[in-house]
Amino acid sequence: MFEEIGTNTEGDLIINVGPQHPATHGVLHLVLTLNGETIKKVEPHLGYIHRSIEKMCESLTYRQFIYVTSRMDYLSAHINNHACAISVEKGMQLEVPERAQVIRVIMDELTRIASHELWWGAMAMDIGAFTPFFHAFREREKINEIMEETCGARLTMNYYVPGGLMADLHPDFQKKVKEFIILFKKKIDEYDELVTGNIIFINRMKGVGLLSKEDAVSFGVTGPAGRGSGVSNDIRKLYPYAVYDKVQFEEILETGCDSLARYMVRIREMKQSILIIEQLIDNIPEGDFQAKTKAVLKLPKGEFYTRVETARGELGVYIVSEGGTTPYRIKFRSPGFSNLSALDKMARGSKLGDLVAMMGTLDLVIPDIDR
Amino acid sequence: MFIVKYIKEVLSAIRSLLVGMRRTGYYFTHHKEIITEQYPDNRNTLVMADRFKGEVVLTHDENNEHACTGCTACELACPNATIKIVTKFDITPEGKKKKAIDKFVYHLELCTMCNLCIVACPTDAIKMAQTFEHSVYDRSELTKILNKPDSKIRAGIE
Repeated sequence: MFEEIGTNTEGDLIINVGPQHPATHGVLHLVLTLNGETIKKVEPHLGYIHRSIEKMCESLTYRQFIYVTSRMDYLSAHINNHACAISVEKGMQLEVPERAQVIRVIMDELTRIASHELWWGAMAMDIGAFTPFFHAFREREKINEIMEETCGARLTMNYYVPGGLMADLHPDFQKKVKEFIILFKKKIDEYDELVTGNIIFINRMKGVGLLSKEDAVSFGVTGPAGRGSGVSNDIRKLYPYAVYDKVQFEEILETGCDSLARYMVRIREMKQSILIIEQLIDNIPEGDFQAKTKAVLKLPKGEFYTRVETARGELGVYIVSEGGTTPYRIKFRSPGFSNLSALDKMARGSKLGDLVAMMGTLDLVIPDIDR
Repeated sequence: MFIVKYIKEVLSAIRSLLVGMRRTGYYFTHHKEIITEQYPDNRNTLVMADRFKGEVVLTHDENNEHACTGCTACELACPNATIKIVTKFDITPEGKKKKAIDKFVYHLELCTMCNLCIVACPTDAIKMAQTFEHSVYDRSELTKILNKPDSKIRAGIE
């Protein structure tokens, strides 16, 4: 049973944070049990933005359901679509052209950078620094423009289809991405100047929100939040998909287990994403951007599971097919949900003001948690 | 010892603050690197990307002819029932009945711009327009009939 707002029998104060709170970036509702200023318990209440995406997908065909998944984790829409496209391709045993796979990886990494930049700006704003938000959005705008030119939209692109891509690259794509790489390499040092090296920022992040390696594993914390606790869980390295096995990059691991470690993982990951894009941008092979598919896609009877690394962690797509044109059941294993479950463990015993730093470094996207 | 540590911390805080402020000051004096778009003022010069997905339109040529055969491929491809095609039967000069579209109803309020209808169209009759100012006062204004009055199907398209 949920505890009521007010004071409980032990004299602890029970308060709401959210669902409409500027630090929660959405409709996240936390019920906090406070002893003075010390957090005794954090209880997330979910369901405010539940749209039953899994159920919706059951009535959509294998071509149609991909666009819905852009609305789960809208900041890594491309990567969500990629997971769905891979699981349909797995079921149909469809060979995706090399060109499409390379373009997919470039798009995924651009999305990852855009997502991490938004996180960086928003997290710094939570902590109390207002300027970084504009710096982050300035560079993110460049990625949005690249996406707009090739995919036709800025956030919910729906660019991936089973068998490849919806359209070929825009002729300016390579030029613009190269310009972005040069620009971004300069700007990421500015980020360090503005925030990372700031002693006030470090003092607020260091030792805050400790999550041990064992806890990270047992809560299923994936992505940068898990790697900040030293858990090696990068799906791109462990179970490579698309062309990730052909590119050189480093899996970022930090052993600090605190908010600063999680912050550093993301900052360093942006540099790795740039490395991946640099390797691929000049080597996009010629050829088709889409494999030839039938007008109506049908999956054979069976179960298909795919996992990819989104900007927040491991996204799993589980399709159960009865052999028809629509899936019998779809289940998404979203990274945000598992990451949120660790918040209680992190926050117990720490001060109320540090809760924002913990939520910020978990990089919660609420539509991803609720689906 | 404590006092030395304290002073050191204060000094490093001031230093990191100055480093950050230097960056802010740089942009304060370099206006050319600011890229804010003055949106409602630059409306006349604003160019959208040519692939930008604004809304679905049925393209008509100068003779008020379109290429839609009424095959409903787009209607079937749409995940949200955005498109509804009402067909009628035209009498051709030879006296035969021929299927043609009566109304191409498009619900912009349901559309998510997923581009699946455009891909599905076998005759390239529909395309995405680059408009984006879709605000209206009443929801019913968003339900549009895309074929123009008295428009016909272009000759030679089956």
